[in-house]
Amino acid sequence: MALIGTTILYIFIFLSVYVQVFFFVTFLENRKKIIIRKGETKLAHYPKVTITVPCWNEEKTVYKTVRSLLDLNYPKDKLTIFLIDDGSTDNTFKVISRFSKYSNIKVFHKENGGKFTALNFGLENSETEFFGCLDADSFADRESLVRIMSYFEKDKEVMAVAPSVTVYNDNNFIQNAQRAEYYMGVYFKKMLDFLGAIDVTPGPLTIFRKKVFNDLGGYRHGHNTEDMEIAYRMQRNNYKIAHCNDAYVYTNTPGSIRKLYRQRVRWIFGFFNNTIDYNDVIFKKDYGNFSVFTLPTRIASVVAIGYLSLRILYNFGNFIYSKYIVYKIVGFSIHPKIVFDPFFINTQSLFFLFIITYFLVFFSMLFGRRMAEGKWALSAGMFYYFPVFSIVSPFWLAKAAYNTVLKRKPSWR
Amino acid sequence: MNNNIDWKKYLIVLLITAGLFVTAIYLSNYFGNQKIKQLQNIQDQISIDVLSSETQFSLLSELSCKDISDSVFSDELSELGNKLQWSQDNLGNTTEVSYLQKYYSLLEIKDYLLTKQISTRCGVKAAFILYFYTTAQNCSLCQQESLVLSTLRTEYPDLRVYSFDYSTDLSAVTSMLQIYKIKDTALPALVIDDNVLTGFHSVDELDSLIQQSFKLQSTTNTTTTPTTTTKTK
Repeated sequence: MALIGTTILYIFIFLSVYVQVFFFVTFLENRKKIIIRKGETKLAHYPKVTITVPCWNEEKTVYKTVRSLLDLNYPKDKLTIFLIDDGSTDNTFKVISRFSKYSNIKVFHKENGGKFTALNFGLENSETEFFGCLDADSFADRESLVRIMSYFEKDKEVMAVAPSVTVYNDNNFIQNAQRAEYYMGVYFKKMLDFLGAIDVTPGPLTIFRKKVFNDLGGYRHGHNTEDMEIAYRMQRNNYKIAHCNDAYVYTNTPGSIRKLYRQRVRWIFGFFNNTIDYNDVIFKKDYGNFSVFTLPTRIASVVAIGYLSLRILYNFGNFIYSKYIVYKIVGFSIHPKIVFDPFFINTQSLFFLFIITYFLVFFSMLFGRRMAEGKWALSAGMFYYFPVFSIVSPFWLAKAAYNTVLKRKPSWR
Repeated sequence: MNNNIDWKKYLIVLLITAGLFVTAIYLSNYFGNQKIKQLQNIQDQISIDVLSSETQFSLLSELSCKDISDSVFSDELSELGNKLQWSQDNLGNTTEVSYLQKYYSLLEIKDYLLTKQISTRCGVKAAFILYFYTTAQNCSLCQQESLVLSTLRTEYPDLRVYSFDYSTDLSAVTSMLQIYKIKDTALPALVIDDNVLTGFHSVDELDSLIQQSFKLQSTTNTTTTPTTTTKTK
């Protein structure tokens, strides 16, 4: 039994190392293509773009979101902004109505129907060649849009371009840990771009050619992760998705474990259900690396986290039980003499494999930060991201799996 | 279109990953061997010390006890025991580790016999417990008894606990099992002053027996060797 457990553990470790090495090799192959531009970017031709801001009870952040769009380095006559109140119950509509005086901003109010309905409403009303969305809790960097559009200018086959999303607010350790995670996300997204295997076109400022929606239809509910569903659909139809690493968008992240938990349950639930919906794509070489790398490794990582969590839980239970036995037998009087002896340092192969994996993941955070902020620097969050997330992620994973089995939809917030 | 799959890259990454695994296994074996070498060195040292004390004892015992140097290797033996246990748990029950385990049992017996002799003849204050356990099967009572004995050792620095794995394939250990008529169905088993106790015994139960053992010894020492002054560590 123990042998089976150890074998499964080694298989998962092998897969983890494989994935990290795969990303690292991709990085080495393409490192010279990663350009981080400074200053203002100029285009030969500025196509017309519509950016929709779907809002549902976003009175606290939407003002800043719209201001960031107004400050974009993009000709005003080429940029249309739709502010769509999706049946908010707070003062969101009042806040966005203040922007109706701007000639390139249109304010709408509709019955609440969910984010995807607000986006489709925007799509129906837009007449431009390019269409995008900016979540009302996110803020676009001044250069973000023009840099994204430069990717479309450079490559006519590119159908959608995702930006680098980083954390806007880091007031506590949970947000600091998420910041490190988002750095890692920037790195992985760029590598997936090189592989043609991006699986999410994030709500904060992914821009699409309108042709995508004309050909494939509008947004779908996508199990509350419409940005994942559209990316899956594009991959199934071999539509190219790129990542513009130097287009920065800053997003508000959950500031408490409870809020983070709800967000992640929604994300993982979306992943489970969209993957089930698109299961016919997995391991079909016609769909490229998305089908043979992104989806299988994502599934394997979820299974691995589940397995490792159970293993850790079992070991932790054993540890607590052994401490209880010690207490029962000899009370608290365990000799406190702790002498460091290097002999007792664990030198099993697992230890070295963990170091290799950790090193590669750490590199992804560091280089992600380099791409997001232009500097090589460590941050405290990089060190405690693993402990924090390894404790909490099994819970949202279990909840998302539970919801999937019972077909229960998680709430948005 | 983005459906190009570079299979060569998948293969290269597979080879690199396999290479990293082989390196990790090599490093693990290397450090494992280093640890075994370290254990061998400690055992050799203890072996020399025991042999030296035995010889010294044989040479001088007829004359005086005061010139006998410390033959108390309990701390070293205990450290070695901990390291061997750790090695067994982490490096696996390899041929080297089980060989060292046998060697360790032998050293324990030698130390037990020698220290008992010195204690009797020179009046060194000591009490002895022979502890028999098993690793061949899941013996939760053995684990609990080990905890009790560790606590008692901290409480009584002069208490000597010699642990023997029932499943050790060594004639010296088998002889001890025969002498004290210990069966694998009655483990853990303890021998204190030639009394065999089977099953689990708590700290309180053993506490009084150890104190009795110390008293018994001081009485014996007073009558047999009134002039001994050998110090203990």
